[in-house]
Amino acid sequence: MMEELLHSSPGLVNFGIFFLLGTVLLLVVLGFVTYAILAERKVLGFMQNRMGPNQLGGKWGLLQTAADVLKLLLKEDTIPKLADKPLFIIAPVIAFAPSFMVLATIPFTDKLQFADIGVGLLYYIAISGLTTIGAVTAGWASNNKYALLGGMRAAAQMISYEIPLVMSVLGIILLSGSLNLNDIVAAQADTAWFIFLQPVAFFVFLIAATAELTRVPFDLVEAESELIAGFHVEYSGFRWAFFMLSEYVYLFAMSALVTILFFGGWLPLPFLGFIPGAIWFALKFSMVVFIFIWFRATFPRLRADHLMEFGWKVLVPIALANIFLTALGKELFEYFF
Amino acid sequence: MIRTEEMLLNMGPQHPSTHGVFRIILKIDGETIIEAKPVIGYLHRGTEKLAEDLQYTQIIPYTDRLDYISAMTNNYVLCHAVETMMGLEIPDRAEYLRVIAMELGRIVSHLVSWGTYLLDLGATTPFLYAFREREAIINLINELCGARLTFNYMRVGGVKWDAPEGWIEKVRDFIPYMREQLAGYHDLVSGNEIFLSRVKGVGKYTKEEAIQYSLSGPTLRCTGVKWDLRKDEPYSIYNRFDFDVVTRETGDCLSRYEVRLEEIEQSLRIVEQAVEQFPAEGEILAKVPKIIKAPKGEAFVRIESPRGEIGCYIASDGKKEPYRLKFRRPSFYNLQILPKLLKGENIANLIAILGAIDIVLGEVDG
Amino acid sequence: MSGEKDLDQLKKEAAAKAKAAALAKLQAKQQGQVATEAPKAPVEPPKTEVTTPEPTAAPADEKAKAAAAAKAKAAAAAKAKAAALAKQQNAGASETVNANVSSEEVPTASEPAGADEKAKAAAAAKAKAAAAAKAKAAALAKQQGTEGSEPAGDDEKAKAIAAAKAKAAAAAKAKLAAQGGNAAPAGDDEKAKAIAAAKAKAAAAAKAKLAAQGGDAAPAGDDEKAKAIAAAKAKAAAAVAAKAKAAGADAGATAVEATPAKPSPNQQYLDKYVKVIEEHLGSEVLEESYINKLSKDVPTLVVKKDTYFKIAEFLKYNEQLGFDYLSEIHGSDFETHMEVYVHLFSFKNRQSVALKVKIDRDQPVIHSIMPLWAGADWAECEAYDLLGIQFEGHPNLHRIMLGEEWVGYPLRKDYEQYDVEV
Repeated sequence: MMEELLHSSPGLVNFGIFFLLGTVLLLVVLGFVTYAILAERKVLGFMQNRMGPNQLGGKWGLLQTAADVLKLLLKEDTIPKLADKPLFIIAPVIAFAPSFMVLATIPFTDKLQFADIGVGLLYYIAISGLTTIGAVTAGWASNNKYALLGGMRAAAQMISYEIPLVMSVLGIILLSGSLNLNDIVAAQADTAWFIFLQPVAFFVFLIAATAELTRVPFDLVEAESELIAGFHVEYSGFRWAFFMLSEYVYLFAMSALVTILFFGGWLPLPFLGFIPGAIWFALKFSMVVFIFIWFRATFPRLRADHLMEFGWKVLVPIALANIFLTALGKELFEYFF
Repeated sequence: MIRTEEMLLNMGPQHPSTHGVFRIILKIDGETIIEAKPVIGYLHRGTEKLAEDLQYTQIIPYTDRLDYISAMTNNYVLCHAVETMMGLEIPDRAEYLRVIAMELGRIVSHLVSWGTYLLDLGATTPFLYAFREREAIINLINELCGARLTFNYMRVGGVKWDAPEGWIEKVRDFIPYMREQLAGYHDLVSGNEIFLSRVKGVGKYTKEEAIQYSLSGPTLRCTGVKWDLRKDEPYSIYNRFDFDVVTRETGDCLSRYEVRLEEIEQSLRIVEQAVEQFPAEGEILAKVPKIIKAPKGEAFVRIESPRGEIGCYIASDGKKEPYRLKFRRPSFYNLQILPKLLKGENIANLIAILGAIDIVLGEVDG
Repeated sequence: MSGEKDLDQLKKEAAAKAKAAALAKLQAKQQGQVATEAPKAPVEPPKTEVTTPEPTAAPADEKAKAAAAAKAKAAAAAKAKAAALAKQQNAGASETVNANVSSEEVPTASEPAGADEKAKAAAAAKAKAAAAAKAKAAALAKQQGTEGSEPAGDDEKAKAIAAAKAKAAAAAKAKLAAQGGNAAPAGDDEKAKAIAAAKAKAAAAAKAKLAAQGGDAAPAGDDEKAKAIAAAKAKAAAAVAAKAKAAGADAGATAVEATPAKPSPNQQYLDKYVKVIEEHLGSEVLEESYINKLSKDVPTLVVKKDTYFKIAEFLKYNEQLGFDYLSEIHGSDFETHMEVYVHLFSFKNRQSVALKVKIDRDQPVIHSIMPLWAGADWAECEAYDLLGIQFEGHPNLHRIMLGEEWVGYPLRKDYEQYDVEV
C-alpha cells in the first residue's frame, strides 16, 4: 500500500493520506511511550519490591504517565539567563526529530511499513547518530558545567558505540546479502533467526544498543549521582519532555530493530503460523523492551574510561572477528554445498 | 588553536551523591580532578554549645541528630561518658537492651551505607532492598522506643523503656531472615563485574596513612588494622559475646564495602547471643538520682559506632549541666582524607570514594 | 582538670579530720588500757599481749595502728590520708574483735577477721552482676562465705554499733562516699577498699616495725607506696572491687604480696611515660601527671605550653611510646584559661594517653600538631573556629564550620551573639 502511495503522483488527497498515516503512527508511538514508561515503572517496581504507580487510572496506574505529560506541558518553561538561547531552544528538536525519522523504515509486519528503502539499516544507523548532536548542543547551550560534562560524555559514548553497533550487524548483512530490513526478515524465514546464526553479533549489538540508548548500565550521560542529570540538567517542562520522549522513542525503535534483525521480526514460531504477524512482532518486541528494563534494575553504572575501553578494546575486536568468521563460514558453506 | 582550560566545578551542597549538604570544590581538567577542597558546616547546629545549657538527660535527643543513621550509639556514648564519671553500675537487662539496640542500629547503618553506595554507583535496586530490611529493623526499634529515627532511648544508668512482650522473640526471628537477605546481597552485587571494576583498587590508602589521618571504623579496618573498640577496649557487656573483628588488607573501596557487609553478619551474631542470654527479668535503670550530676572533673570515652570511633568528652564542674561537652565524631575525622584520595581521580571515582567513606553530614558538621 | 586537685584536697581534709579522731581515740585507748573497761576499747587486751610481729591480720592491724599513730606524730600532713584509711580499718578490726568478745587469744581473733573479709568480698561480688568472669570469683567467695557467714552477721551488728560510736571515722567515710558519687555500690567498695588498704598498711606497718627495730629508714618509703596504693584504690571503684575479691579469696598472707603490685591498672604506664619523657626531655617539661580515674583511668599528662609540641613529637616518635594515632583533639574554655585536650593512642602498645595543655585565654596561641598527625587538621580548624585558638604552623587554618565572616567564638563562655535577632 505504501509503495503505491509513494509512487503515485503528488496531490492533495495523497498528502492527506500521508498526513493521516503519519498522525496515526505518531499516536501509536506516543501511546507506546506512555505505556513503556508505565511498564518500566511497574516492572522496576516489581523487581524492587514496591508497587509502582497505583493511584491514577485504577490500580495499575494507567493514567499516570498521561498525568505526568500533562504536568510537563503545563510547567513553566525556564531558560537560564546565561544560556545560549537559540541553541538551547533548538537542541531538544535536534534530539527528538531523528528519533521519529528512523521509525519510517521499520517494518512492523510485511505489510505495515512506511518506507521500504533499500538501505534501511544504514538509514537507521545514520539518522540515529544525529541525536548525539542534540545532546551535545544541549550540554553546551545550557552554560552549566554538569551539562557540559554530560554533553561531552554523550558525544564520546555515542560515537564509540556506533562503531561496534554497525560492525556487529555486518555479519547479518553478509548472510542476508541486503541492507533492506524486509529482506533481512525474509532471509531469516529461509534459514533461521539470526540470533542462532549470529549469537556473538547479537550480544555485541545488544550491548552497543544499550549504550546507544544511554540506558543503565551505560547511562553515564545523564548519570544522576555524578552529573545530576547530565546534558539536560537545565531543561524543564516540555523541552525536557522532548528529551525524554526521544529517549523512549529510541527505545521503541531499537527494540523493533533488534526484533527484526535477530528475532525474525513478525515471523511466527513453527506450527503457530495462525497467529497474525503483528502479534508475533509485538510479543518479541515486548520481550526485548523487557530485557532493557531488566538491565536497568540490575546493573550499576560503568565508569567513563571503562566504557571507552570496553567499547574499543572488547566490542570492536569481537565484532571484527565475528565479521571475519561469518565471511569465512559463508564461503566454506557455499564451497561445500 | 585548541586550548584546554581547567574548570572549577562546585559539587554540592545540593548534590545527590554527597549524602547531605556536603560541598566540594573541584578543580578539574576534563573529568580529571586536579584539586579538591571540601567545604563543610552547612548542617552545623552547635550541639556542643547547646549542651552547655542542658541537663544530661536533655542532651540525649540532640545526640540523635548527630549521626541520624545510627542514633543508638550516639545515645550510648553520652550516657556512657556520664556513667563512667559517676561510676555507675548498669543493670544487666538494660545492658542487653542497649547492646541489642546498638547492634540493630549498626546493621541499619551498614544497610543504608550499602544501599546508598550502590545508588551512587548507578544501581537503584539494592537501595530499595536495603531499605526493606532497614524497615524491618526500624519497626523493631519503633516497638522498643516509639521512634523510628531519633530514638532518645538511652538514659544515664540504663534505658528508658523495657522490651515489650514478645519483642525478643521478634528480634530472634529477624536474624535468620536477615542472614538470608545478606546472602542475596552478595549474589546480586558482590560479584558483579561492573561493580568490581568501579571499586577495586579505587581510593586506596595504606595502613600508615589510615592511622596518620585518624581514620576509624571500617575505613581503618579495611587496611588490615585489627582494631575494634568493642573487642579491644570492651565497654558495656561486649566482652560477653563471641564475634570477629572484620579486616581486609587492600584498603580500597571494595575492602570497605566488604568490611561493612561482613560486619552486618558479626552484628547479627552479637544480637543472636544477646537474645539468648537476655535476662528474663531485672531492672532497666540503675539507681540514679533524679537530677544527674556528673562529679567534678573530666572524662573522655570512646566507643565503636558503625562509622568508627565516636567519643564523648565531658568536663563537669559538678553541676547538672556539663561545663563542656565535645563529641569526637568519626565522620568528621574520616572525611579529612578525601582531598588526598581525590587527587588525579575522575568524577565517577569521586562518587565511589566518597560513598565508601560513608559519612553522615549531621555528624560531620556537629 | 581541677577536679583531681579538688579531690586531693577533699581527701586531705578528710584525712586530717580522721587523723585527729584517730589520735583522740588512741589516747582514749591508752587510757582504756589502764582502766581495762568500756566497750569502747575492747580490743586492747590482745594488743597489749602482742609485741612480737606475727603474720596474722588482726595483730598486724593493731601494729599498723600503733605505727600509724607513731608515724602520724612525726610525719607530714600529707601522710594523714593513709592514717585515716588505717583508722577506718581499725574501726573495722575492733568490731571484728568485738564480735568475739570472749576470745582473748590472737589466733581466734584473727581467723574471723580473715573470714570476715572474705564475706565482705562475697557480698561485694554478689552485688555485682554475675558475669561469666565474675561468676568464678563469686563462686570462690561463696565457698568461703559459707564458712564466714555467721561472724559476718554478727559483724554487721557490731559494726553498726561501732560506726555509731566512731563518729569521726563515719564522717570521714561519708565524705569519701560522697566523693565516690553514689551510695549503694560505693558503700561496698569503700569497705572493700578500706580492707585492702588496711592490709597493705598492715603489711607496711609490720615491715616498718621490723625495720624500725633494725633502725632502718626504709619504712617511710614503704609507707609512701602503701599510701599511693590506697589512693589509687580509692580512684577505681570497679578495679578495687575486683581486687578486693581477689584479695579476699587469697586471704591475708597473699594480699600482702598482691597489693603493692598493681595500684591502678594504668599507673605503671603513666610511670613509664613520665620516666621516659623525663629521661629524654628533662623533668621540667611536664606540669603535672596523673591517672584520670573519671575517664577510665587514662594516664594524663599536663604539659607546658612551650613544650607542648616537643612532647607531642616525642610521644609520637619515641620507640617506647609510639603514639601513632590521634583519637581526638579539641579545645575548651575554662574562663581562667583555655585548654587543649589531645587523646592519643598507640597501636603498637595498645595504650592511650591524654595530653593537656593550658594556654592563655586572652592570647590563645599554640603550636599545631597537624604536622605530626594529619588527622588533627580539621579538628584544629574546629577549635579555631569555635574557640578562637590559633594553631601556629597549621597550613590551612580556617573557620571550618561557621565561615570566615562569623563574628565571635561561640564556644567561649562569654560569647554573645552578634546578630541578636536570631
